Amino acid sequence: MASLEFALRRIDTDYQITDDIDLINKASHIILPGVGAAKNAMMRLNQCELINEISNLKKPTLGICLGMQIFMDASMEDDTDCLGIIPNTCKPFKPERDYPVPHMGWNRVHFTFDSMLTRNIKDSDYYYFVHSYYAPLCNETIGVSKYQTEFSAIIEKDNFFGTQFHPEKSGLAGEKILKSFVSL
Amino acid sequence: MVKGVQFRNHEVVGDILQLAERYSNEGADELVFYDITASPEDRTVDRSWINRVAEKINIPFCVAGGIRSINDAEEVLNYGADKISINTPAIHNPVLIDELAKRFGTQCIVIGIDSYEDDDNYKVYSNTGDPSKTKETGKIVNDWVNEVQERGAGEIVLNCMNQDGVRNGYDIEQLKLMRSNINIPLIASGGAGDLDHFVDVFRASDVSGALAATVFHKSIINIDELKKYLRKNEIEVRL
Repeated sequence: MASLEFALRRIDTDYQITDDIDLINKASHIILPGVGAAKNAMMRLNQCELINEISNLKKPTLGICLGMQIFMDASMEDDTDCLGIIPNTCKPFKPERDYPVPHMGWNRVHFTFDSMLTRNIKDSDYYYFVHSYYAPLCNETIGVSKYQTEFSAIIEKDNFFGTQFHPEKSGLAGEKILKSFVSL
Repeated sequence: MVKGVQFRNHEVVGDILQLAERYSNEGADELVFYDITASPEDRTVDRSWINRVAEKINIPFCVAGGIRSINDAEEVLNYGADKISINTPAIHNPVLIDELAKRFGTQCIVIGIDSYEDDDNYKVYSNTGDPSKTKETGKIVNDWVNEVQERGAGEIVLNCMNQDGVRNGYDIEQLKLMRSNINIPLIASGGAGDLDHFVDVFRASDVSGALAATVFHKSIINIDELKKYLRKNEIEVRL
């Protein structure tokens, strides 16, 4: 969370951390940073009565890491029902000799569809990932990465965008994605 | 690739920030900060410098030194570090690894191991931050890497002390052996002196990263040039 705040400050973007519906309604852009487990994140959103609010957002909304995963119908992480914005189910990586889990570190992202988010950004650059679950490729996938298997590194559906990687930790490449998002 | 930064007191935090920014701009993939001011036992330490690092750099970084409890770890992570690295406290209290992994997730728990080759054995040493306290622990590295993996370490930094500071290259044989024992990422440390040492360690021992300090601090090697050299030698790196 601190990392994302610092990253937004580095690109001179005003932000507020909130669970307040009025503030969310007033904001021009929404970011859902993901920390922890899917079940807990959904429980927290439910407690704050934000589940419908988020699903019905019409403004540019970016989910990061777990924040992107909960845009899906569900996650196999603790069999959690998610926001259902994108028809997909997050699956766990299987630990293998050459593929320790979590998938942690820098990995390439190949852009597979033209998008306002990635336009003018270099294709197949490296971004920083830390995750044990992944969203399989789907119609909304616009960036693909590979670890054991190909998975959704960036998704887009209407005003909803998601990155499995952490743009706030991905050097200049990540900074460009954040800049691009806030200027949507 | 990982970078080691060692510092001694608060006066130099400004220099640390500058250095961290420079390395990050040159293309380091991750930074490791050894907070040796935090080492003395039972002393309250000011860790606010971590916040200032997090503010400046846009790549992951790890903090090592003086993390002995869940509370220490929480403070370091809350200040914005991505990972914590534990060495001596894990040797004295191995259950700490389980507790940290359970609480914060294996992905942010790095175990540092100082290994010394002696009588054809790789032995684990502790308290290597202070030469007057450094001692043999009775543990064998082959066993310890397995134990820390089982307890929930997400990554191991293996510092081969025979090579450390001599700039003769990484201890490929040892790294290869330990790599074959574990599934979690292994980071090579100790011995980097020239560009080819990095090529050799990635080619021969299949490590996930290579850590170096001296060659970067003394500007013997520029990180950007190193990474281009690695790529030229068909080693996959972020450029």
